[in-house]
Amino acid sequence: MDWSALGVSLRLGFGTVLVLLPFGIWLGRLLAVRRFRGRLLVEALVTVPLVLPPTVLGFYLLVTFGTRSPLGRVFEALLGHALPFSFEGLLLASAIANIPFVVQPIQRGFEAIPNDIRDAAACCGLSPWQRFLRIELPLAWPSLLTAAILAFAHTLGEFGVVLMVGGNLPGETRTLSIAIYDRVQAFDDGAAGIMAAVLLVVSVATLMVTTLLSKRVGAERG
Amino acid sequence: MTSSLASPLVAVLAVLVGVIGCAGPVRPEGGRRPPRIAAAANLNVALTEIAGAFEQERGRRVELVFGASGTLTRQILDGAPFELFLAADESFPDRLAEAGLTRDDGSIYALGRLALFAPSGSPLTVDERLDGLAELVRTGDLERFAIANPEVAPYGRAAEAVLRKHGLWDGLRPRLVLGDSVAQAAQFTVTGNASGGLLPYSIVLAPTFAGRGTHALIPSSDHPSLRQKMVLMKGAGPVSVEFHDFVLSDTARAILGRHGYEVPE
Repeated sequence: MDWSALGVSLRLGFGTVLVLLPFGIWLGRLLAVRRFRGRLLVEALVTVPLVLPPTVLGFYLLVTFGTRSPLGRVFEALLGHALPFSFEGLLLASAIANIPFVVQPIQRGFEAIPNDIRDAAACCGLSPWQRFLRIELPLAWPSLLTAAILAFAHTLGEFGVVLMVGGNLPGETRTLSIAIYDRVQAFDDGAAGIMAAVLLVVSVATLMVTTLLSKRVGAERG
Repeated sequence: MTSSLASPLVAVLAVLVGVIGCAGPVRPEGGRRPPRIAAAANLNVALTEIAGAFEQERGRRVELVFGASGTLTRQILDGAPFELFLAADESFPDRLAEAGLTRDDGSIYALGRLALFAPSGSPLTVDERLDGLAELVRTGDLERFAIANPEVAPYGRAAEAVLRKHGLWDGLRPRLVLGDSVAQAAQFTVTGNASGGLLPYSIVLAPTFAGRGTHALIPSSDHPSLRQKMVLMKGAGPVSVEFHDFVLSDTARAILGRHGYEVPE
């Protein structure tokens, strides 16, 4: 069992959620309550990581941020190392790949809040920030939870992008899913089997917790 | 309302604690982590053993990452942080040297050999002239035949040359499965998912292959020579340099010889 690979996967999962949640709340709410020009394009861009193969994202990241591109050299100077084949690069790739899993549930959550409630809160003299923090966020809460857990679980299962921009570096970019591939190729079926089982158990447990929590929240409301 | 406001706060705190707990990058042994070394997949067993001997004799560790030579070359060109690269041929290290990424032109550390392997229960009978393979291609009884992708793996390129030399390439082509690296081609074959494969001799000799099939060594005159070159990158640290020299030492040469490589003078 490659514990450092589990560590990389968990760090990547938590990191992705932490990076994406604020962005997801901002964009999800914007798409839910505002009508603006270019909205159709934004919604398509939010969804496109769902339908594109990970190789497309991997390719663009490599040619944009690899050390052979000007932008890549800027990042190399800033970070002291290239963005691809580093944990930071993986985090960026993972954040982009998970945008639909975070934005879409949050958008649905804010859409479900009736406009009457927003108007009533405004009539009561609550400022826009107060309305957001005290009325909308608590009402949209289950959708935030769904978004966070979906992104976390999906990151644990990510393989294609990591294979392309990660480079299988132990303790840095070798996630659990890559470690399984690596062990299978090294004929180490025992280790691969244990890691596959760990990933299966963690994923099922994560999804069960989501369902349980959203039911609890629903019951509290009801 | 207060209770439903409290639960998001608790969860956000839990996530934060989780991130902080896991966020620190893993840096074993206090300061500098062991240097990362990229190696062609055919070296999986032999180089792991050499790294073990290096650790025992010199008390220093290196981190080995295996893959197809072409894949690793592409990664190094895009900025992957490897300090030493042991390839399966000369062309890929030469490309890195041309790109100005290496210290020098590198050195040949081994000559690779190919073997024809058939897993137990396969209809394929192995011989160095590939007569058994030609027979199966003619009768159409061959299900799948594995080689490494010639585009990224020098051993795959050598396998293609062998098949072409025996006039089998065109007939075999619809039956070919290409591994991402020789390791994957070997895995296809040893699991019986392919009826045979042209694989590095070093992999066929590995303990995992023992008793799981038959093999025949291919004459090295049947393919362009697999002169395996290693090259130090600019900015390679002292441990990588020491390991580079260790691969050329008598200890390492003996290990390479035992794993089926020819070792240059």
